[in-house]
Amino acid sequence: MAAHLSYGRVNLNILREAARKDLREFLDKCAGSKAIVWDEYLTGPFGLIAQYSLLKEHEVEKMFTLKGGRLPAAEVKNIIFFVRPRLELMDIIAENVISEDKMRSPRDFHILFVPRRSLLCEQRLKERGVLGSFINVDEYILDLIPYDGDLLSMESEGAFRECYLENDQTSLYHTAKGLMTLQALYGTIPQIFGKGECARHVANMMLRMKREFAGCQTQVLPVFDTLLLLDRNVDLLTPLATQLTYEGLIDEIYGINNGYVKLPPEKFAQKKQGEGEKDLPTEPKKLQLNSAEELYAEIRDKNFNAVGAALSKKAKIISAAFEERHNAKTVGEIKQFVSQLPHMQAARTSLANHTSIAELIKDITSRQKIPPPLHPGLYLTLLHFSIIVVLCCISCVPPYVSASEAFFDNLTVEQEFMTGVDTDKVNTYIEDCIAQKDPLIKILRLVCMQSVCNNGLKQKVLDYYKREILQTYGYEHILTLNNLEKTGLLKLQTSTRNNYPTIRKTLKLWMEDANEQNPNDISYVYSGYAPLSVRLTQLLARPGWRSIEEVLKMLPGPHFEERQQLPAGLHKKRQQGENRTTLVFFLGGVTYAEIAALRFLSQMEDGGTEYVIATTKLINGTTWIKSLMDRLEEPPF
Amino acid sequence: MMRSKPDEDDYWNSSKCRAFTFDDDYDELSSLKESKRAVNSIRQFVVDEDEDEDDMVKVSWSGEPIGSITWSIKETASSTKQEQSFPKIDSGPSLPRQGSGYSLSSLFKAFSEPSTRNFAPELRKPKSEYKDYVSDWSPEETVKRMQRGKFCSLETFRSLKDKMQLLDQAVCANDGNVITAVCTHVFLQKYFLQCKLEVLSRELMSRDVALRHYIHYLKEMGEQKLLVELFKSLGRTEDMALLQYREHLSIKDEVRRKEYLKSCISLPFPPDDAGHVQDHYTLLERQIIIEANDKHLENKGQVEVFKKHPRKASILNMPIITTLYYSCLQFPFKLSLTLPSTISEKQYLLTALSARAKLKEWLDVGSLFTTKNWLGYTKKRSPIGFHRVVDILHKNNAPAQVLQEYVCLVEDPNLKISLAQKYKCHDIVIDMYKDQKDRQQLIVYQGKVERGSPEDKKIQDILNNTQIRWKN
Repeated sequence: MAAHLSYGRVNLNILREAARKDLREFLDKCAGSKAIVWDEYLTGPFGLIAQYSLLKEHEVEKMFTLKGGRLPAAEVKNIIFFVRPRLELMDIIAENVISEDKMRSPRDFHILFVPRRSLLCEQRLKERGVLGSFINVDEYILDLIPYDGDLLSMESEGAFRECYLENDQTSLYHTAKGLMTLQALYGTIPQIFGKGECARHVANMMLRMKREFAGCQTQVLPVFDTLLLLDRNVDLLTPLATQLTYEGLIDEIYGINNGYVKLPPEKFAQKKQGEGEKDLPTEPKKLQLNSAEELYAEIRDKNFNAVGAALSKKAKIISAAFEERHNAKTVGEIKQFVSQLPHMQAARTSLANHTSIAELIKDITSRQKIPPPLHPGLYLTLLHFSIIVVLCCISCVPPYVSASEAFFDNLTVEQEFMTGVDTDKVNTYIEDCIAQKDPLIKILRLVCMQSVCNNGLKQKVLDYYKREILQTYGYEHILTLNNLEKTGLLKLQTSTRNNYPTIRKTLKLWMEDANEQNPNDISYVYSGYAPLSVRLTQLLARPGWRSIEEVLKMLPGPHFEERQQLPAGLHKKRQQGENRTTLVFFLGGVTYAEIAALRFLSQMEDGGTEYVIATTKLINGTTWIKSLMDRLEEPPF
Repeated sequence: MMRSKPDEDDYWNSSKCRAFTFDDDYDELSSLKESKRAVNSIRQFVVDEDEDEDDMVKVSWSGEPIGSITWSIKETASSTKQEQSFPKIDSGPSLPRQGSGYSLSSLFKAFSEPSTRNFAPELRKPKSEYKDYVSDWSPEETVKRMQRGKFCSLETFRSLKDKMQLLDQAVCANDGNVITAVCTHVFLQKYFLQCKLEVLSRELMSRDVALRHYIHYLKEMGEQKLLVELFKSLGRTEDMALLQYREHLSIKDEVRRKEYLKSCISLPFPPDDAGHVQDHYTLLERQIIIEANDKHLENKGQVEVFKKHPRKASILNMPIITTLYYSCLQFPFKLSLTLPSTISEKQYLLTALSARAKLKEWLDVGSLFTTKNWLGYTKKRSPIGFHRVVDILHKNNAPAQVLQEYVCLVEDPNLKISLAQKYKCHDIVIDMYKDQKDRQQLIVYQGKVERGSPEDKKIQDILNNTQIRWKN
């Protein structure tokens, strides 16, 4: 089921198995038949740890989503709530418990907090008078969830907002705890590097926890050589840019959630021979995306421009494999062919799916001579667009560019900003986008990007953008704009000196000759722009940060190095030519393009370092900005 | 570095900002097609085995992988014949499980008392027993217990000094859960009532971490009043102002909302926001008037515009540009009376243009761009570029001669000619090629127009004209 987790440099299946064992233990503690009531948000991440079959083995007979009112009837002995520690959920649980039918045979209540129990929540249950009704109040420590053979995420949606806007560092505490768990399983990590305030804080907590647990050292040979902690606010630029890898684009356009993507079904409709036009499926097609699928593992990190060639190459190989049947003459040969059929068919399905996805993406990204029919829209799912469209017959100014043109123009402006062209003036493209009421998040991404690339905007420019945004999208967005300013994504230029060009040049963030087909540098993931975060990682491995002291000082927060003592006898003896293993932890989120860049570095022949990636949340520019928007009331209609 | 060449074309061709595009020489689309074809041909061959095709993940047609948790919730919740669908498992000891010997919690068991970890028994203990039980714990011990998820009575920490010691200890532990719990559970709500806010905020100000956690907690809880008071006493007036402004979102009634916004105007906003809040109030005030008026008119059913374009939604709480558009649909030239003057010329023009074009009032469209110079000549001028005007007109199905008029006004000759071709303004294309003395292009274009049409004839006449010195 999760074999792909063990193929990487570090066997992350150990972590998953540990988490499953915990789950079984908890379930067995509640003897007898059970029903689980789920906080819906948790079902996604939980799906990566355990499938229903595991729960069923432990007498889970029913599952419900958490809702107010009375719990559905179910002849079970135990009711278990699986919830995040959120106060509003406690109120719902209390309602459930209170309205339980007293006439029926009593059911036992249990509550399992994920990832940690919370005193406030328990207090809330106590206030509602239901805490006493619970036989078990427990926590299920699920800090780091393995997403792939080299990828761990906490899937903590609000982490960036909490750390950098609200200044609540609870998620950092969980991060430190998660890293302690990881060290318990994979051994102490001897070297810790970091950049940024949050990184410093996490490192301090880790060192302190280690002191407190001194004497309980786990006797595990260290798997990781180095831990690198990076604050997201050290590199605010990268997530704002449109990702141009295959996986990154899937995420930008359709959104990947807990390893699944939902796609428009049209291109996946299958016609069988001899059948007439079948009804097109109307529900979105849901696909799981991870390295368990051979083809996906091969193409996900490629620049999208190289995906077509890879797919057609694959198609030829598969066709040839199927053609082999003509050559199979002897019984033995035929038998061998047949034995390979299941694998070949899986490969064919996989190829068909990805060809369809690539077509979907291409409709949006490629610039064609004849504009294609209007695509449902790159950002249609986003907020606010609908509010405006609803009013007055139809939309005010109909979008008069096709999706692919919009994509192209948007990218051009992004690249201008990243190369430092005209970042100090009002940009006419942004102006036009506002005028035609493009989705607000798109506008905010671009304006923030301009601000970051110019080390803040001039008063006049900032005022102009703000006014245009408020007038077009509504004054209530004063709140969102303020949030962006507080996190530094949008700011007023205070000094006349813009240090972004220096950073760009020193770290070689812009590469003129990015090779998309056969990349020789990480900049291929953004067709020219090398993500700052990954460049820092790369430079740390070779030649070391000492070479870029000046630039490090320009980026926010301290940079540091710590060492952790290893118990005697656990020092790793490196074989000649053996790669080092570095865990890179992105505090506040990481994008798929950054992950692709790190995978690229892992695979470089003379790289010398392999990377495992961990983060608080997998993000893209849209989900990131959205998390910073002030939660607005539902539109009145 | 890159703008050394003034020529725009040169810039794009040699640009270092290569945009994301597919190389013409290697057509990606065709390779996708190729793989699609290959896939399809294979499909024909294996069509019989097609039934069992999602080998890797089984997916029910609703899209959920079968066996996933989300899928199972639906399945188990919706199944009516529960007893049959899920065989009862005996509640005896479960099968021996295999797997890794590790367990996350066991790793840390050594550090906590194993038997108490999973329960909260203290909560159900009689009150008397409870008291002795906790009375002599130091702040440090208390925090440690809390970190282990055990409930502690914090009532023993009575004096301000004791409380602050406890708070400092919690902050030291870095555990946000404990910090917030200490902040809320013990002090603040009770404390607020008894003691002066200033004393408290002075204490808290030097405890930044605790303060931030507490503020976040109050936000989450929607403790508006408390938060406003706290911000005020901390001197964080801008935060306070924004917080109060935010409240307007929860007021549904538009008149009360308007009044509330009015009361917000005087709040100590950051300088540039103050103006926006004032504008917000003015806008809503006017929207209320417009709405009442138009509802009335619409009900009477005498206004032409509402018959043609019935109002689909209320104008209340719409952005100002949307309001402007709405107004332009009806009273194009009374706008300055009804809306604040902060809208930029471009925004105004685009909005008015879209509205008038939608109503097919082409004369009005003309007047938007007409300016008179001091000699009395009229001239058309636009701050947004006539190519965009043309696009908008085209989207609104403007007639050919209107389109032609505006295509003519486009300045950039390349853009002009491509627009003219796109919108079939033949005369413009023909005249431009003639002016450029571009015989080849003209011949090519002749192939695109209908045979025997006036355009065809016109081109033929020009080609036959011996006076012209063609450049090719």
